[in-house]
Amino acid sequence: MTTSTVVLEPTDDKRSARQVARDTRKHEAMARKRLTSKGATIAAVVIAFFWTIPTFGLFVTSFRPGSDTQSTGWWTVFTDPSFTLENYRLAFTSGGTALTLAQSFLNSLAITIPVVLFALAIASLIAYAFAWIDFKGRNFFFIFIFALQIVPLQMALVPLLSLFSRGLTINEVTIFPGFDLRGVEHSFATVWIAHVIFAMPLAIFLLHNFIAEIPHEVIEAARVDGAGHGQVFFRIILPLAAPALASFAVLEFIWVWNDLLVATIFAPSSSLPLTQSLNSLSGTWGDQWFLQSAGTFISILVPIIVFFLLQRFFVRGLLAGATKG
Amino acid sequence: MTEITHVEKTPSASPPPRGGATAKPRDSAAQHRTTLLVVLVGLILVVALFLFMVTRAPAETKPTTLGFSLNSFFNWLGGLNPLVQIPLVLLAFGAVVGLLLLLIEYAPRSGKGYFWLRLVACFAIPVLAFMLLRPYQNAVIYVLGIAVLLGAILFYADYRSRQGAGYLFQLILFAAPAAILLLLGLVYPAITTFFQSFMDKTGDNFVGFDNYVWTFTNPEGFWSVINTLIWVLLAPTIATVIGLAYAVFIDRAAGEKYLKVLIFMPFAISFVGAGIIWKFVYDFRQGDQIGILNAIVTAFGGQPVSWLAATPLVNTLLLVVVFIWSQTGLAMVILSAAIKAVPPEQMEAAELDGASAWERFINVTVPGIRSSLIVVLTTIAIGALKIYDIVAVMTGGRNDSTVLAFEMVNQQQRFQSYGHSAALAVVLFVFVLPLIIFNVRQIRKQRELR
Repeated sequence: MTTSTVVLEPTDDKRSARQVARDTRKHEAMARKRLTSKGATIAAVVIAFFWTIPTFGLFVTSFRPGSDTQSTGWWTVFTDPSFTLENYRLAFTSGGTALTLAQSFLNSLAITIPVVLFALAIASLIAYAFAWIDFKGRNFFFIFIFALQIVPLQMALVPLLSLFSRGLTINEVTIFPGFDLRGVEHSFATVWIAHVIFAMPLAIFLLHNFIAEIPHEVIEAARVDGAGHGQVFFRIILPLAAPALASFAVLEFIWVWNDLLVATIFAPSSSLPLTQSLNSLSGTWGDQWFLQSAGTFISILVPIIVFFLLQRFFVRGLLAGATKG
Repeated sequence: MTEITHVEKTPSASPPPRGGATAKPRDSAAQHRTTLLVVLVGLILVVALFLFMVTRAPAETKPTTLGFSLNSFFNWLGGLNPLVQIPLVLLAFGAVVGLLLLLIEYAPRSGKGYFWLRLVACFAIPVLAFMLLRPYQNAVIYVLGIAVLLGAILFYADYRSRQGAGYLFQLILFAAPAAILLLLGLVYPAITTFFQSFMDKTGDNFVGFDNYVWTFTNPEGFWSVINTLIWVLLAPTIATVIGLAYAVFIDRAAGEKYLKVLIFMPFAISFVGAGIIWKFVYDFRQGDQIGILNAIVTAFGGQPVSWLAATPLVNTLLLVVVFIWSQTGLAMVILSAAIKAVPPEQMEAAELDGASAWERFINVTVPGIRSSLIVVLTTIAIGALKIYDIVAVMTGGRNDSTVLAFEMVNQQQRFQSYGHSAALAVVLFVFVLPLIIFNVRQIRKQRELR
């Protein structure tokens, strides 16, 4: 066995060290090769095939003429191809509720973008305090916040909704009258606040894990140079934590964009996002699969683009603090 | 810095030394006690003032207002085009955060100017916050009193803090936004829901455990419990196993990147979208089938099945499939990264010892990625417990396919039955509890290692 060339004692000669490194890599590669056998590759391809088929089927359907989709399966397209873009035009302009898909598309943007940035800013502030400011009960509060994930979203909906709309009244004295946003055309305020609240526990947990791993020396050095916590946070932590911020931004973007429940409960009817319109339209469209499929792909597009743009940060940020054995 | 003691109306106004560091330890302990006492007295005063306000509300007079509140800001913002709102609200938010950071940066410094800065901030922030919440029609005196008192407590506690003045101030600024949101949006609602679960439909009368009895005996409640258990047992395990297998299979294979994207894509698709995609797969009709599942069944000579109405449990299992399809990508991406972090030397050592591929996987890879496995399993399990969208879109809870989280909203929205809904929420809460406890212990261990 030649794999024993993984030499542990230090070699003085640089060239031989490089030789060893090269050998190691070669052997590693060989070992890997034997792990990823033919059977494994085939299994992977089979899984990938099954995972893609449902989406692919609907994707094909969204380009087929309406009458065809009602009578024949999408797979017949391989023997009898005919395509159209008409479905997308129809889906964009038809609205089952007060909104067309195009309008609710804008609403989705106006809900998602602010929420992601709000959540990042607020969570990273407290995550920094947990990581780098020593205070009594730090561990306890951190774990408490993590444990708040326990509270199911649905549990908080009604009390929060009544707080927003009716305010808080104790013994007939109004402490907080609630927001009066009924007459407003496009109000997202309550949806923003609700989403940010529900994002907090996980956001704080993930960002803290990353921020706490930033080397101590970097921060000490800045403190010695006279920077306060404000500067350290803004000039050092934020840039260094960029991968974690980006990865959480992707995750949060996908979640908020795809959310149905929070928006259904908190958004006024003129501010409903894409998922809600799609859901109600899928009721009115019923069996009209050519419309449903086009609508679905309109809603899928944005999160997928965001994911592709930021995917190289995605795993790096998520895994901080989780990979340690 | 001794000229400032008269600012505080504290009973024990001894000249405070700069920070605890310079004082003798015993002195500082005594001082700490005084500080705590003063803060306590202050808080009691706040509570008293609050109770006073609640019990003897002054008559409505003409509104006292800043002329500007959060409500009016949101009203103004809501009238604009959605796309215009994005930059505006971000700008406003950015300004607030910027101010916060400036305060955090400058307030803790020592010097006369910074002292006044802290003092002003301590009083201005609570007052402003209260006034922003509402245009006060009555009780403005009380509210102002509470705000000023809170500011005084904050300033005093900060001034006397052992780590030096400004320490507590910056800590509170860092933590306050998140803490307020969490208290308001999660802690408070959780407590109310708990109490509501012992109340009747309208939430006025106490009914004891009736709602819980309903949960386990009524068909909807019963099936939602059973189905949720099925979801939480099947979905995380299957999604993780497939995701792990896939990650191992494609590790360092040619085209790994593209193979990963194929599996990950469903994760970026909303549950609503996923529901529609799979409803199309499960589609059932008379005559020619356009849903691929029934097409396959009929191609083999079977009778088409109305899958989403198929009981018992068949439809639930088919819904779980959708969730697994969507979450496998997340499991795969995280586990794949974890596998790459397993030291290759261990693999080689195991190989030298003559371990087979399977043995190497079980004895080297799996222990190496243990903590990632836990993260993935719990994340997906919590997701499965809270699942709402898939059920809402695909079956609407019909044919015994309902789950806790869906039934909760259903009871609330359709039947206005808040007691039942709250009881379902508490049951769900009990289901999540073990998962979180397990994870908290895991985190504890990790933090001890640090």
